[in-house]
Amino acid sequence: MGAYVLRRLWQMIPTLAGVMLLIFVLFNWVGGDPALVLAGKITNKEQIENIRKQLGVDQPSYIQLAYFGFEVATGFTCTWRSYTEKPTDSPKPTADAKADTKTDTKADTTDAAKAAPSGCQAVRSWATNEEVPKILTSRIGPTLTIMIPVLILETVFGVILAIGVAYVRGSLTDRMIMMVCTVAMSISFLVYIIVAQYYFGFKWGMFPVQGWSDSFWKNLTTYAPLPILLAVFVGLAPALRLYRSFFLDEINNDYVRTARAKGLAEKTVMLKHVLRNAMIPILTNIGIALPGIFVGSFLLESFFSIPGLGREILVAVNRSDFPVIKAATVYLAMITMLINLAVDVLYKAVDPRVSFK
Amino acid sequence: MSAVLTNTPTAAPLHQASPGLWTLAWRRLKRDKIGMVSLIVVVFFLLLMLGSYAGIVAGNWSKEVGVSYANPSFMAGAENLDAVKAKVDANAEKIPYVDLSDIDPLAPRYKEWEERTAKIKITETPRSDTLIFGGDKWGRDVLQKAIKGAQTSILVGLVAALFATVIGTTLGAISGYMGGKIGDFLEWFYNIFTSIPYILLILAFAAVFSSSPSLAPYRGVPMVVAILAFTGWTGIYRLIRSEYIKHASREYVKAAQAIGATHSRRMFVHILPNVSHVCLVQLSQHVVQFIKAEVILSFLGLGVPVDSVSWGTMLAEAQSELVIGKWWQLAAAGISMAILVTAFSMLTDSLRDALDPKIK
Repeated sequence: MGAYVLRRLWQMIPTLAGVMLLIFVLFNWVGGDPALVLAGKITNKEQIENIRKQLGVDQPSYIQLAYFGFEVATGFTCTWRSYTEKPTDSPKPTADAKADTKTDTKADTTDAAKAAPSGCQAVRSWATNEEVPKILTSRIGPTLTIMIPVLILETVFGVILAIGVAYVRGSLTDRMIMMVCTVAMSISFLVYIIVAQYYFGFKWGMFPVQGWSDSFWKNLTTYAPLPILLAVFVGLAPALRLYRSFFLDEINNDYVRTARAKGLAEKTVMLKHVLRNAMIPILTNIGIALPGIFVGSFLLESFFSIPGLGREILVAVNRSDFPVIKAATVYLAMITMLINLAVDVLYKAVDPRVSFK
Repeated sequence: MSAVLTNTPTAAPLHQASPGLWTLAWRRLKRDKIGMVSLIVVVFFLLLMLGSYAGIVAGNWSKEVGVSYANPSFMAGAENLDAVKAKVDANAEKIPYVDLSDIDPLAPRYKEWEERTAKIKITETPRSDTLIFGGDKWGRDVLQKAIKGAQTSILVGLVAALFATVIGTTLGAISGYMGGKIGDFLEWFYNIFTSIPYILLILAFAAVFSSSPSLAPYRGVPMVVAILAFTGWTGIYRLIRSEYIKHASREYVKAAQAIGATHSRRMFVHILPNVSHVCLVQLSQHVVQFIKAEVILSFLGLGVPVDSVSWGTMLAEAQSELVIGKWWQLAAAGISMAILVTAFSMLTDSLRDALDPKIK
């Protein structure tokens, strides 16, 4: 088991390196010159040259890649430049000052590196000059406040309804519910949000139209319910269809017939035998969905003004705020890989037939 | 096989060529009522798309033919401020003209101006108070907009799904057939794409593509297609790869090798037809997925440009219209999309059943 986990962690390294490479290629080459993206409307050649130096894009690409690797390794709390450089007097460069100061990078770098690791400066957002690690850590809370209840409710309702529908398979009820699910799935999420926000929030005033507060409890009881209900409602149809098919796969197995033959009650057969076996593919499915809760539903977050990670990424995309997107992508990829490992280990707990190779 | 033969009333000749996979699948699909109905709906939408592409239908969707927020004709009596205003304006002309020329310093030039304006011909199209399914803010016909929007959304979905299928199939074929170092490399490549959450991957590509100055001429439809195709090929790759691993060691492939067929010939001439049903089902599944994604991207302003119309941009406009009670644009975009997506997903299910070689 320990060896298995270690080996899996070892295998993550090339994938993670690949993710970093992909992001590097995308944002440094495909996206055009990052300095020009940051400079925006500045056309002064000298200033652009300064920005280029500031970002390190005047260096050869393998050095740029190393810079990026260093940033990822330090959790974006330290740029290589600030690490090797003598700490400057102005720790908070503004967008304009950034271009003017710190052009003398070569000056006594080695001494400063030994003497002052405090010279570390976090990678900052291009748009707001906020520190990227702070942005990410402060936005994750609201996202999880919405997404964890969504995942729990969706799974619980999905499993309960699916087992009921699978039990009456082939009946009119079953076919009607499946039909409704197909139609419900084909309506855009946008339509659900727009309509629900209008009726439940604006017209009937059952929930606040949008908003967020500093208190977790108030968020969960006042602002979160409508987005949560919406996400659960929309997610239920695909979950129900999928879980139903998992139950149907189990329900025709021989062990079910045996259980019935030995006189077990239907309730015992369904809840003890079928449910436990069907839980394995259901768990896989939850495992696939789990990394998504960190991104959150960016649509819900932007409609309901929830200061979560999804909305932050969306805002960053609209502003071409590359550092934020890069950091979010790398760390969410790491989280995804770790969750996948955790799910695989959890299989062992659920299914004794699974063995680690 | 035998079931099919006994169905034919006349005795079949003994040497009758056995029907191929596609013939059998078509027969099975024809028996599937839901499948056929969805096929008809999908074909109808495709014809609509071609028609609007050729300018036969919805040709003047951008013309401002009605008053602002014209009512749908089935609820002509509803309140509409602009229609009322037009009537008031019409009445206002009947107010007697008061001569102010003695105090108006510009009065001597009025005549000259009148002559000049008489030379210019203005043809003001009369704006109707009601349109079939209502009008939008600028008085454009919502029904025509929905058709034009369908054209954009379906085009993006189809082309992006086609590209994603080609990328996924090619990479999957190479990876599954070749295996070894090349296979490992492609697996690594696949793992990179799947370890980033899908939504984030799309947004990252959108951010990069839309800020790149060299890609600026491809903004709009080509860019959305590229974003969706480059991020959406992974599922197809996975399936095709496992199919190719299965087929690579089959006897017919070995026989092809024995007669000297090259690797690429074995991959794409011998094996590909045998896995093409998987490609087709994946293609149609991805069309649905990409149409939904395009609507969301366009809604967020990352999709088609402002001067063209898609279901996504319609929904973006509809959000603020709903607050003032003009629901028809939301309904038009929402319903037409729901119909197409429902039909397409049911067609996909029927196709999957019809193409499943295990069912005969």
